[in-house]
Amino acid sequence: MWRDTLLMAGKDLRIEARSRVALSQVAPFGIVALVLFAFALGPDRSPMVKGAPGLFWVAMLFSSVLAIQRSVSVESTDGARDGLRLSGLDPAGQFLGKTLSVAAQLVALEVVLGVGVVLLYGASIQTYWLIAVSCLLGTIGLAAAGTLYGALSAGLRIKETLLPFLLLPVVAPVLLAGTRMWQAALSGGTPANGTPWFHLLIAFDAVYLALGVVVYGPIQETA
Amino acid sequence: MAPASSPSSALSLRDVVALSGRFPLLAGVDLEVAEGETVLVEGPNGAGKTSLLRVAAGLVPVASGRATVLGLDPGRFRTEVRRRVGMLAHASHLYDDLNVRENVRFAVKAAGADTSRIGAACERLGLTGRLLRTGVAKLSAGQRRRVALAVLVARAPELWLLDEPHAGLDASARSLLNEIIIEATANGATAIVASHEPELVASLANRSVTLTGGRVTGERRIVTSVDPPARIVHVA
Amino acid sequence: MTSKTIVQSPRMIWTTRIIGILALVGTGITVWLGLWATPPDQTQGDLVRLVYIHPGVAWVALYLAFGLAAGCSLLYLWPRTRSLFWDRLAAASVEVGVVFNACTLISGSIWGKPTWGVWWAWDARLTSTAVLLVLFLGYLALRRVPAEPEVRARRSAFAALFAVVDVPIVHFSVVWWKTLHQGATVLNANLSPTIHGSMAWTLLLGFVALTLAFVWMLLVRYRIGAMEDYLGSGELDMALLERQSEGMAPVPATGEAPEALAPVGSAPGARAPAEVTR
Repeated sequence: MWRDTLLMAGKDLRIEARSRVALSQVAPFGIVALVLFAFALGPDRSPMVKGAPGLFWVAMLFSSVLAIQRSVSVESTDGARDGLRLSGLDPAGQFLGKTLSVAAQLVALEVVLGVGVVLLYGASIQTYWLIAVSCLLGTIGLAAAGTLYGALSAGLRIKETLLPFLLLPVVAPVLLAGTRMWQAALSGGTPANGTPWFHLLIAFDAVYLALGVVVYGPIQETA
Repeated sequence: MAPASSPSSALSLRDVVALSGRFPLLAGVDLEVAEGETVLVEGPNGAGKTSLLRVAAGLVPVASGRATVLGLDPGRFRTEVRRRVGMLAHASHLYDDLNVRENVRFAVKAAGADTSRIGAACERLGLTGRLLRTGVAKLSAGQRRRVALAVLVARAPELWLLDEPHAGLDASARSLLNEIIIEATANGATAIVASHEPELVASLANRSVTLTGGRVTGERRIVTSVDPPARIVHVA
Repeated sequence: MTSKTIVQSPRMIWTTRIIGILALVGTGITVWLGLWATPPDQTQGDLVRLVYIHPGVAWVALYLAFGLAAGCSLLYLWPRTRSLFWDRLAAASVEVGVVFNACTLISGSIWGKPTWGVWWAWDARLTSTAVLLVLFLGYLALRRVPAEPEVRARRSAFAALFAVVDVPIVHFSVVWWKTLHQGATVLNANLSPTIHGSMAWTLLLGFVALTLAFVWMLLVRYRIGAMEDYLGSGELDMALLERQSEGMAPVPATGEAPEALAPVGSAPGARAPAEVTR
């Protein structure tokens, strides 16, 4: 399973390196979202600074929907989905590989958006490790749940509108937890405040990773 | 792949019904293919030739009846069956954004096969030099089929399922394809070729099965001038 | 009890009618008791009358309907108990559950306006109920995508499974969101003051009546779904006839095929999705 995971992730990342969709489309979308939020809340900086954690995570959530859609559509060329079923790859490995690849792209996106938030909104980060941990755990959760729902809606004609509607409510806990942890990080917060959120993210990640490993194969055999 | 020492079944279908929702793709197929055979499946459009191959590949579940592929139940031992079976379908299952070499490498590694054969396979199919580094999106349909074929040659599966493989190939590619199939079966693999141009395949196959309306409606021995070892086949 | 029984047997039809009548009567009595017969509360005044409805619909929506949907989805996914019956029941349960969920939010909101002064308060329970509503609207949206029944059933079952798994996580996160946030007043959404006497009986009756209403709606919705599917199965017989004439090769009969098809060598244990209704 792990070998297949790396193979699958490598393939997806190589495709991204070639096509550069995440770089040229998803990241700019995230930045545009940040700018639009600024228009909505500004021109005073103070609401932006106050809302920076939430705005960062909302921008991440919407961008991750795009990233997931891209990840799913990679497999829709020339019968690639059938090809993956025929390939002999372990479905659990396929799931983890796709999740890993999306997570990697999302981490890169987080760096970009994080810099954007600091520059555009004037947020100042006090506790870097809290930011890093929340981003990492949140990303894994977004990628895992997203890949699962992406598989569920793959091949459906209306998946562009269906996927956001399915995915976003489900990942609301990531938004909540990430925002709280960022707030703590921006105000030099105490670890005590952050701990339940940390546990929540770990639980969320564990649940969706486990679900995906078990259920991804049967979902593929549905269509 | 090392051939079995005694003739054993590569594919066994007993009264197999396969459904697509409510539509019966296969309506009760009986077919036995022994290892090392080359079988031609013919029939009109929509008869179920592609469905038969897909059932053998484990892509379509069996609604009733029994299917055994290489001695395994394709529903239960999915991953293992798929590693030992290779399919050449209408779609080439390639990734547009990757180049030829990367696609072949991925497919071969995914099946758990030996990557050392990739170079030779690509050369055999004329995929050399700049072509290897060309993105698949830029290839013609015939070239894509060559790439898919290169994957099969490099993987060397035990069971080859070929769905109208000659379609879209030029004359030299067709004869190359025939050579490859003959070589593969000479090495112990089994080949099932679906085609509605049986003349193209007649030189390869020792047996032909006709499919109509989702059932086997005819079977015949093919006598060829080239001398494969004669196999006595009992029609079910 | 096969799906056919539920759809067509006279006993089920009568049972459904009786349950419906009981639900109607029960709800009627509850309304009368709730609005007129019982006294207003000391602190909350007439607002307390909502307590006869709100917890009832909430219990039905959150636990009964969605719990049933989750259970049925699991039963569908489990190979040994796989049957479209569970899928149809799950779908009916979610649909009715969504209605009750909406009623929960509306009744909660009606209570909230005079109490808190706002139509909506970002209270933990209201919020997670709202998220639950959206999750199951997603389930219904997924079901509307045209697909063969078995494919749709699998997909929906997975979606229900994911939604149910997400519910406790969402619940905890929203609760912590409210309570751990420094400086926020913790709004008390407790709608049940200590009640006794006639109010307690009315409350109980409300629960029972609403549960019966749910069961009735569930049965009716299930029947509609089953009948829709049987309309589709008539097409299977057409398909079989066409396939047959194509190759002039006989096709194995499925289950209770009509006598018109000459069954030749019927496939042993053929899966029979169609039951021809005569």
